[in-house]
Amino acid sequence: MSVRIERRLEQPRWLGVAVPTGSIVLALLLTGAVLLLTGHDPVHAYHRLFNAAFVGKDALTQTIVSATPLAFTGLAAAAAFRMQLFNIGAEGQLYFGAIFAAAAGLYLHSWPSALLIAAMVVAGAFGGAAWAAIPGVLRAFCRTNEIITSLMLNYVAALILNYLIFDSLSYWRDTSTPEAKVFPQGKLLPDAANWPSWGIVHSGPGLVIPLGFGVAVLVAVGLWALYSRTRFGFEVQVLGDSWRAARYAGIRTRRKILAVMCLSGAIAGIGGASQDGDFRHLLDPRGLQQAGYGYAGIVIAALARYNPFAVVLISLLLGGLQNAGYALQGADFPSGLVGVMEGLILFCALGCELLRRYRVRVVRRAGPEPSVPATEPTS
Amino acid sequence: MSEPASTPPAVRLRGITKRFPGVVANDAVDFEAAAGEVHALLGENGAGKTTLSNVMTGLYRPDEGSIELFGRPVEFRSPRDALDAGISMVHQHFRLVGAFTVAENVVLGDHRGEARTFRLHPRRIERRVAELGEQFGLAVDPGAKIWQLSLGEQQRVEILKALYRESRVLILDEPTAVLTPQEAEKLFVTLRSMADDGRTIVFISHKLNEVKAVARRVTVLRGGRSVATAPTADATPQSLAELMVGRELASTRPERVELTAEDETVLEVEDLWADGDRGEKALRGVSLHVRAGEILAVAGVAGNGQRELAEAITGLRPPTRGRISVRGKRLPAGDPRRAIRAGIAHVPEDRLGTGVAPSLTIASNTALKSYRTQGPFLRRRLIRRRADELIRDFDVRGATHATPARQLSGGNLQKVVLGREFSAQPSVLVAASPTRGLDVAAIATVHGHLRDAAADGMAILLISEDLDEILALANRIVVLYEGELAGELDPHGATVNEIGLLMAGGARV
Repeated sequence: MSVRIERRLEQPRWLGVAVPTGSIVLALLLTGAVLLLTGHDPVHAYHRLFNAAFVGKDALTQTIVSATPLAFTGLAAAAAFRMQLFNIGAEGQLYFGAIFAAAAGLYLHSWPSALLIAAMVVAGAFGGAAWAAIPGVLRAFCRTNEIITSLMLNYVAALILNYLIFDSLSYWRDTSTPEAKVFPQGKLLPDAANWPSWGIVHSGPGLVIPLGFGVAVLVAVGLWALYSRTRFGFEVQVLGDSWRAARYAGIRTRRKILAVMCLSGAIAGIGGASQDGDFRHLLDPRGLQQAGYGYAGIVIAALARYNPFAVVLISLLLGGLQNAGYALQGADFPSGLVGVMEGLILFCALGCELLRRYRVRVVRRAGPEPSVPATEPTS
Repeated sequence: MSEPASTPPAVRLRGITKRFPGVVANDAVDFEAAAGEVHALLGENGAGKTTLSNVMTGLYRPDEGSIELFGRPVEFRSPRDALDAGISMVHQHFRLVGAFTVAENVVLGDHRGEARTFRLHPRRIERRVAELGEQFGLAVDPGAKIWQLSLGEQQRVEILKALYRESRVLILDEPTAVLTPQEAEKLFVTLRSMADDGRTIVFISHKLNEVKAVARRVTVLRGGRSVATAPTADATPQSLAELMVGRELASTRPERVELTAEDETVLEVEDLWADGDRGEKALRGVSLHVRAGEILAVAGVAGNGQRELAEAITGLRPPTRGRISVRGKRLPAGDPRRAIRAGIAHVPEDRLGTGVAPSLTIASNTALKSYRTQGPFLRRRLIRRRADELIRDFDVRGATHATPARQLSGGNLQKVVLGREFSAQPSVLVAASPTRGLDVAAIATVHGHLRDAAADGMAILLISEDLDEILALANRIVVLYEGELAGELDPHGATVNEIGLLMAGGARV
């Protein structure tokens, strides 16, 4: 008996759903094995996890709060990856979105709330796009690898962010009180800059949806329409499939690289604006950097196979996990569990991709068996 | 001439089956070649020749079937096993390291004797290589670097590699594709002398004349099956062609369109210079013109600037000097979109990577150049309808508008490319190797379309390495050699030999 891995002759459609689902189930089983090994009861742990993420009081609301930035960075990554443009810089672009949006919120404090919020969205998008334009220009005109430049610029963006609050008396820093001078923090945004949220379900666990999440869903719809219904999207598709075919078709490849890079950065930047307006209400370097939203977004985009709607769904799933992880951390709950699970989900999802293209077959004996006797008399 | 019954054949394949996604490349193929024989493997593209040779050399493992060498069953787990068993292959695209010398390439991957020592002794290897070259008429300097050699010389290095390893069986995949007719003649002499030395040569080809010239027996593959094995002495090109295609072929060759003096010049290229990918001067002052309704053929051995010429005219490669004009209007350099607008259509050499976006649907690929309609939105219904029309008008088989382009066979893919290019009603068509890799029926279809287009007044620049194609289609022939035009010929008077001389850089006519 031996196991052979062969290329599938055809790829049935149901595999597109079955393989990702199966890989998540496999990841849960593997995490369960880890739990058993460390002396925990997996059923109990999963039950608590599920409650904390989706069922308990405020659980769903908190999950959406965690999911919102992930949805933005996931969409940002998906927008660029569709064209085989690997923008790893959503992290830094989100910081720049947050910086610009906070500046808009502070500077335009006298504007009416609706206008101010719109201005923050625009400023955030602009900030993210401007930061993404750097690797975009380098890629388009100098053929620099955008993976490396966009990744490195994340660290630059983080340093700039820290400088603005911790190492300088910048416009963003709160200097109004003596304590604020000793313990640096951002200036609080005016009330008009607080983004609204809507309570959908008031009884039971409750569900409050912040404006940012609504914007993320709108961006997902817009991205889908852009990529499947417009000439721009068509060009992105062609470029994503064959760069040479795109040149041959007369598509201006440089412009497109720059445009898609900026689009991707703009989406991440709106995520930064949403952090300011929805949740933090000041420019908060520590909070923004702790979560690693940009990197999680890459994982989400990969799991969603760059489909914008799937990005929103998967960001809810991972957001739920993160949220439950924060909520349950303690003596009786392994604090690394959520990280282990996230890692295993990604591992299984990428590993199982193989099964879409190949199938595993068990054969009786290694190698081909001759249908006629091998020692035929040579008469 | 039958083998003595007691000696088992050098190679015997039985019931080889190999499946790939969507195709059965080999379907219970039987094949046998004796020691001391040149055995041709004949078949159209897609008939399974390359797959079968990859099975023989251990690159693929067959799904079913068995391999015997000199009567002993063998199983190849990797190309190394096959090499150790004495089977070598010369691929269409050579497997040589450009920065290494001939001798270094020859010992590369060999793990016996000289090549196994920690320090190489280049002198000894070079001497051995020179000896082998002498013995089999494979003149090449063993100390030269590969990148300095012509394609014909590189091929000799590949053969020397096999000889150095003392391979008993040598498989050559379409070896004459990169050679001039004269070079091919020399290769045949070498192959015969290797066979006389007791080796087995498997000669893969789809050119009937070559098979007759060099091989003693021929096995014909069709649609993944072996349909016949016969001595070449009994076969005629006509009978082989029928076996290959599976039906009788009409041998009528329609007359080319004759031009009248007043047909206007449409495409004009003056003193065109362009660099190749490695920065070398690939085009050195090419001037040519094509008139409406004319097919101008550019002949030449691959790598003499053909690709650069096609790319420069279609805007894909900015020329360093010179001008290109269509109907007297000069084109900007290196701008494919403006070239398309000026009415230049392009059938690129690389169909699958350049001519289409392989993962996108036929509908998307039909719209590749015509999607720029009014407004930001795609006119998806119109695109689908046009694709359906193209599939119908150009008889694209086994596909709907939603089929990804890469699932099409070469011939059907070329129909999609041609259909799309013609749909823009261009005034100039640059066709680069438009029938390379196509089967006989598809070649006839493509030729028909090109003739019809010329008859409708299109100016066609046909860049091809296939002399039969050029002689069949062209109104005029120019030869490209090392980036320069080496002469102009009239197809009525020209012989293959004359063109061959020019292709090899011989005296201008």
